[in-house]
Amino acid sequence: MAGINGSMAHLSDSLFTTAIAVYAVAMVGYTAEYAFGRKGRIAATVPVSARELVGAGGPPSTLDAPPAADPPRSAADRIGRWSFAITVFGALIHASSIVVRATAVDAVPWSNMYEFASVAGLVGVIAFIALLWRLPAIRHLGGVILLPVILLMFLAGTVFYSKAQPLVPALQSYWLAIHVTLVSIAEGALMTSAVLTGLFLVKQRYDRISVEPGFKPGSLAALASRLPDGNVLDKAAYRIVAFAFPLYTVAIICGAIWAEAAWGRYWGWDPKETWAFIVWVIYACYLHARATAGMKGRWAAWVNLAGFGAIIFNFVIVNMVISGLHSYAGLN
Amino acid sequence: MTGALRTAVRPVRMAWRRLTSMRTALILLFLLAVAAVPGSILPQRPLNPTKTSSYIASHGGWGTFLDRIGLFDVFGSVWFAAIYLLLFVSLIGCLIPRIRLHARAMVRKPLPAPRNLNRLPENGRVEVADSAEAYAAIARRTLGRRWRVTRREEPGGTITLSAEKGYSRETGNLIFHIALLSALVLIAVGKLYSYQGSIIVNQGDGFCNTVAQYDSWNPGRFASEGKVSPAPFCIDKLTKFTATYTDTGEASKFAADVTYRPNVHAKEKKTTITVNHPLRLEGDRVYLINHGFAPQVTIRMPDGSIVHDTQSFVPTDATTFLSEGAFKEPGRTGAKQDVGISGIFAPTPENTPSGIASTSPQVKNPVLAIFVYVGDLNQDGLPQSVYSLDTSKMTKIGAVNLSIGQSKKFANGVSVTFDGWVPWASLQVSHDPTQGFLLIAAVAMVVGLLGSLGVRRRRVWLRITPAVDAPDRSPTVVSVGGLARSDSGNFSTEFTALLKRLREASVPTRESVAAGRE
Ligand code: HEM
Repeated sequence: MAGINGSMAHLSDSLFTTAIAVYAVAMVGYTAEYAFGRKGRIAATVPVSARELVGAGGPPSTLDAPPAADPPRSAADRIGRWSFAITVFGALIHASSIVVRATAVDAVPWSNMYEFASVAGLVGVIAFIALLWRLPAIRHLGGVILLPVILLMFLAGTVFYSKAQPLVPALQSYWLAIHVTLVSIAEGALMTSAVLTGLFLVKQRYDRISVEPGFKPGSLAALASRLPDGNVLDKAAYRIVAFAFPLYTVAIICGAIWAEAAWGRYWGWDPKETWAFIVWVIYACYLHARATAGMKGRWAAWVNLAGFGAIIFNFVIVNMVISGLHSYAGLN
Repeated sequence: MTGALRTAVRPVRMAWRRLTSMRTALILLFLLAVAAVPGSILPQRPLNPTKTSSYIASHGGWGTFLDRIGLFDVFGSVWFAAIYLLLFVSLIGCLIPRIRLHARAMVRKPLPAPRNLNRLPENGRVEVADSAEAYAAIARRTLGRRWRVTRREEPGGTITLSAEKGYSRETGNLIFHIALLSALVLIAVGKLYSYQGSIIVNQGDGFCNTVAQYDSWNPGRFASEGKVSPAPFCIDKLTKFTATYTDTGEASKFAADVTYRPNVHAKEKKTTITVNHPLRLEGDRVYLINHGFAPQVTIRMPDGSIVHDTQSFVPTDATTFLSEGAFKEPGRTGAKQDVGISGIFAPTPENTPSGIASTSPQVKNPVLAIFVYVGDLNQDGLPQSVYSLDTSKMTKIGAVNLSIGQSKKFANGVSVTFDGWVPWASLQVSHDPTQGFLLIAAVAMVVGLLGSLGVRRRRVWLRITPAVDAPDRSPTVVSVGGLARSDSGNFSTEFTALLKRLREASVPTRESVAAGRE
C-alpha cells in the first residue's frame, strides 16, 4: 500500500488556500461591478417582452442574448470581465489542488469532509461559469454565488480539514470514486440552483411589493432591482435541478451498489443513507411542484431551498453530530 | 336503485380522484421525507438495539412513549408503511390513466394547426417561390424523420403541416414511475425472502450455512417461517486471515483466505474474501465484516485434567483492538470446580495506571491479562454472553498478565498458560433473491428520468398558403408557429434554426430575403 507523499499534500494545501484568495478577489470585483455597473440597471429596465408573456412556459429568450444595443464598455463592465477571468483562474488553481491531492494519496481525493467540500465547491464555481455562458446578464451577481463557495471552502480548510491519509479498507473501491464524484457534482450544482432560487424569491417579493403605494426601497430592493426577470432565475434554477437530479439518483444507486459490496446490504437506513433519501424525495417534490398548477413559483422555490437545507444537514450535522457507518469524515 | 348506488359510490370516487391527484402525491412525498427524519436522529432498534434500550431507559416515560409510537423503528413502523402504501396506490392510480392517454397520443396524429400561428410563442414567416404542393414536400423533408408530421388540407389549396417531437419525455416519465413502482415491490418481496446470518470463525475453523450454526440470524418473514431454506454451502475452513497495516499504523487491507464448497456435493474451492469483495455464491453472498483475536490457553483444572481452549475476544476499542473475552471450563457437574477466566487481550500492550492498554491493532508481544475464578459457572440459568463471566457463584483466585509462553499457578491446583493466539473473522451470509432485479429497476429509473427531464416536447405548425390571384411566379406564403410544452431547454434557439433551414430549403423570393425573420 502506497504511503502519502507529504510534499505533494503540502502543495495541494497551498493551492487550496490560493484558490480561496483568488475567489475572494473575484468576489470583490463582482461586487464592484454590481455597485458601479449599469448592466444590472439595463436588465432591470428592459421590459418583459410580449413574447415572453405569451410563452409563460417557453424559454427565456430575451435575456439569453446580450442587450441589443451594447453600450460602450464601462469601467464596471471591464471589472466584471476581469472578475470572470479571475474566477476561471481560481477554478484552475482549485482543480489543480484537487489533482495534486489525488496524486499525494494515490486515490480519488474525496474520502473525507474536507476533500468532499473542496470538490463540491469547485463544481459550484464551474456551474456558475457555465451559467454565465448562457445567462451573461447575471454576471454582476457573481459575488452572491461565490460567497457560499468561499464560505464552504473556508470551513473545509479550517473546521473540516484533515490531513491526506490513505483509504481505510472499506473505502478502497472504485464505486467510492464514482459515488462520491457524482454526489459532489450533483450537490455542487444544487448549491448553485439554491442561490438562484433565493434570488428568485427576492426578486419575486420585490416585484410584488415595489408596485404597492408607499414602497420604500431598502438594500434588498437595490439588489432586486438589478436582478434579471424572475422567470429567468426560476427557469435557470429548474434546469440545474433537471441536470442534477438524475445525477444524484445515479449517485445514490452507486452508493447502494458499493454498500452491498462493503457492508453486506444495499440499503440499511444508516443516517447518511436516510438523509440522502430525504434529499432525493424533497427534490422529487420540487419537480412535482413545478409540474403542479398553483404550486409553481414561490411554493416550488421553497421546496428547492428545503432540499438544499437537507443537503447541508446531511453534510454538516450527520457527519459531525450523528455517527453511523459513514463516519469516515476524518474529524477524529 | 342505480341512483342510490351512484350516491354511495360518489364519495369513493371523489376520494380516489383526490388520492391520485398530483397534489396528494406531492403531499405524500413530502410526508415521506419528514417521516424519515426521526429515523436518523433517534437510535434505531434494527441498527443498534443496545443504544436504543439505553436511550429508552434513560428517558423514562418519554422514551416509552416514543417507543410505543414506533419512533425507534421508523422504517418498520405502521405509519411509515401507511405513507408509502398510500403513495404506492396514488402512483398506480395516476399511472394507469397516463399510460392510456400516452398510448393514445402515440398513435394519434399531431393536432391540426391553430387558426392564427402568429399568436404562438414562437412564430415566423417565409416566402418561397415553390408551389404550395412542392414546398409542403420540401418542408417535410427539411423537418426530417425525428418529427412526426401530418399533412392536412384547408379550403383554398392551403396546406398545413403539424409536426410534433419529444414523445420520449412522457415515455421516459412513465418508465421512471413504473420502474419506481417495481423497485418498491422488489424491495418488499426481497425483505420477505431474505435472510442474514453472521458468525465468528477462528482461523482454522469453518461452518456450514445452517441456522443453528450462526451467532446471529436475521430472517425475513418467509425465511423465519421456513419457506426459504438456506442454501447448502459450507465455508470449510478459514485457512488464513491477514490484516495489513501501513507504516503509520493505518489498516490498509483485510483478507480472509477460505476453502469452500458451493454445495455439499461440489469439490472444494479456494478463494479470498476481502472487505469490498464478498464471495458470491448462487443466491448467497459471504462478507468479511470484522476481525479480532482469539487467545489460546492451556488450563490445568482442579482435578488435574488439562484443557486447551481458544476463545474469540471482542474488540472493545475500535482503534487499538484492546479485546475482551472469557474462558469457561466446566468441571464435574455439581462439584463447583468450574474454572472461569475473564481476560483482556492487548495486541501491542502498554501498562497504564488503570491497567493494561493497547497502543495499536497490530500484534507485537501481546499480553493476556486474566482474572481467574473457581466455583459454579452458573450456565444452566439465563443464556450468557460468551464474552463475559457470571461470577456470582465463583470466587476469584488470582489475576496476572501473561506474555506468550508464560504460565502461572493459582490456588486449588489451577494453572494457566498463555499459548498464543489466532485471528478470527466475522463472516456474514446474506441472501436476497431480488437485489439483481432491483438493480435493473434502478437503471430503468435513471433511463426514464433522463428521458423525462432531458427531452422537450415541442410542436411546430406550418401553414402553406398559395397566393391566389397572382401571376405564376408569385410567392407562396408559409407561416410557421412553434410551442414547447415543457420548460427545459431553449426552444427559441431551436426554432430560429429550424426557421432558417426552412427558408434555405427552397428557392427564396427576393422579398423574403429582405424581410428576414418577423
Ligand atoms: C414515489 C413517489 C414519486 C416519485 C419519487 C416521483 C418522481 C418524479 C420525478 C423525478 C418526475 C420528473 C419531473 C419532471 O419531469 O419534471 C416526476 C414527474 C411526474 N410525476 Fe412523479 N413521482 C412519484 C409519485 C408520483 C405520483 C403518486 C404521481 C401521481 C399522482 C406522479 C405524477 C407525476 C407526473 C404527472 C409527472 C410529470 C410532470 C411533468 O412532466 O412535468 N408522481 N415524478
